[in-house]
Amino acid sequence: MGLKSNLHKLKKKYEGTKMAPLFNGFHTFLYMPDEVTHGGTHIKSVDDLKRTMNTVIMALVPCLIFGMFNAGYQHHVALGEISKVSAGFFSGEFWSLDNFLIGLVKVLPLVIVSYVVGLAIEFIFCIIKGHEIEEGYLVTGMLVPLIVPVDIPLWMLAVAVAFGVVIGKEVFGGTGMNILNPALTIRAFLFFAYPTWMSGDKVWVHEAVERAGTPDAISGETILGSLAQNNDVGYSVMDMFNGFIPGSVGETSTLLILLGGLFLIFSKIGSWRIMLSSVLGALAMGLIFNGVADIMPAKFFGLANTPFWHHLLIGGFAFGTVFMATDPVTASQTNRGKWIYGFLIGFISILIRVFNPAYPEGVMLAILLMNVFAPTIDHYVVQGNVKKRMKRLKAKTV
Amino acid sequence: MGLLSKKDVALIKDPLADNNPITIQVLGICSALAITAELEAAIVMSVSVLFVLGIGNVVISLMRNIIPSKIRIIVQLIVVAALVIIVDQVLKAFAYELSKTLSVFVGLIITNCIIMGRFEAFALGNGPWKSFLDGIGNALGYGAILIIVAFFRELLGAGTLLGYKVLGDPIEKTGLYAIGYENNGFMIMPPMALIVVGIIIWVQRTRNKALIED
Repeated sequence: MGLKSNLHKLKKKYEGTKMAPLFNGFHTFLYMPDEVTHGGTHIKSVDDLKRTMNTVIMALVPCLIFGMFNAGYQHHVALGEISKVSAGFFSGEFWSLDNFLIGLVKVLPLVIVSYVVGLAIEFIFCIIKGHEIEEGYLVTGMLVPLIVPVDIPLWMLAVAVAFGVVIGKEVFGGTGMNILNPALTIRAFLFFAYPTWMSGDKVWVHEAVERAGTPDAISGETILGSLAQNNDVGYSVMDMFNGFIPGSVGETSTLLILLGGLFLIFSKIGSWRIMLSSVLGALAMGLIFNGVADIMPAKFFGLANTPFWHHLLIGGFAFGTVFMATDPVTASQTNRGKWIYGFLIGFISILIRVFNPAYPEGVMLAILLMNVFAPTIDHYVVQGNVKKRMKRLKAKTV
Repeated sequence: MGLLSKKDVALIKDPLADNNPITIQVLGICSALAITAELEAAIVMSVSVLFVLGIGNVVISLMRNIIPSKIRIIVQLIVVAALVIIVDQVLKAFAYELSKTLSVFVGLIITNCIIMGRFEAFALGNGPWKSFLDGIGNALGYGAILIIVAFFRELLGAGTLLGYKVLGDPIEKTGLYAIGYENNGFMIMPPMALIVVGIIIWVQRTRNKALIED
């Protein structure tokens, strides 16, 4: 008698009780359910929602580990204890145990709080409503710690997660019914509720907040922040690409995000249409701004004059495009719709970045905005197709 | 029989719960969003609406048989406008600072859908006493929601209630702020009023399933 058959037996015992969804949730996390459909033709596959979600989490793990190293690295560099990386992606200055330990101590609690609070709420709602546990939070729970600053107080994260899961998802009917991406809802809540912890030059480096105002003060402005103030950026393009820059925990390394994105595309979980069109949209808007930078007011000049392709490397654009915009629930469903949806995300995020220096993270707002419009885009794409076919039919019959 | 018959009591009680103007009839949402960032403003707004709706309903009810139905909206507007001007002048005379906070919203009581709604739906077809009770009831129901929303928004958003620092001083770090608590800036913004109203609607309909429409 192995664990598997024991679990199946236990399942019979719990059937029909109040805790059944809770048990089933853990059960299907470990094994495929033992029931199969009978009769009729069905596509048989083990790629259920949980497997899909786990694939995305696998794509996120490199970003998480890099984020842990980066948290320690930014801290030590700001203190002047180690020199900046000099030898490319595998520099010893970056991949040291010392860096990793700081990151582990700071980032792991974020992951734990995000999962514990989020899953607890999901479980409570499932038990109240009496339906199966939905796995939707598995990915959200991993995304959340990656898109917040490393020093965010844990209770704020807990409040935001509770808000995001309840208001962003459960009120609409749970996983698969939400209009807005829950992870971004959580981030937007934090951003508007506690702006001092989500923006500025103090929050991106561990301990910078505590040291503010003392002789030991350190700071780490993000590249977007420096550009918005027309300051020089102290990072090379390779730094931006590799991710050795201050920013939210897991969104700095464009290289690893790119690898994660390719993994999602090849496992057919993420939509390449959305990713590609979003990049095109950002490049288009970046080019427009480059063209008109000279006639822009001074306060927009820094960001408008940034070479257009840098926009792909800085801020959360890459992370948002690969992991958030492609969320199958909130994105457009039709292929043509995906092109429009992605393009507008890229286009609008750069627009917000440049024109609203107070909200440099345009990609968050752009994706949330397009989430709202995704069903409308789909509607018109489908109607357009219907119209086209009607016309063809008419031409034939005439 | 006391002063109020059973029906009269229902006129006042219904709008407080199962026929609430904001959460059930979905009227007067704009002002519920606009002036609920502070409890004081919400209370003054509630009292103003109570006055305007109570008196207005009586006036319209008294005139209901002589108002030609073609121009009734204009007549109703004139009645509301007159009452609102009285409220506005009183506020300016006795609570000038507050009237500045409320600014245009007192004037906009004229367009508050609850008032026109009750005139149309009730005062035009019922006697003055009943209309008065209906006006009071609906204004109380409106005020109750306003005050609940404003209570949470001011408490969580600014850490104060009626201007008193009940959670401690955020700058000197006393009270809750000493252990790292911070005000939630999102609560002050209008979207949060909508979400709080939404949560009230959610709670209310969970408790009373009959209110859920398909």
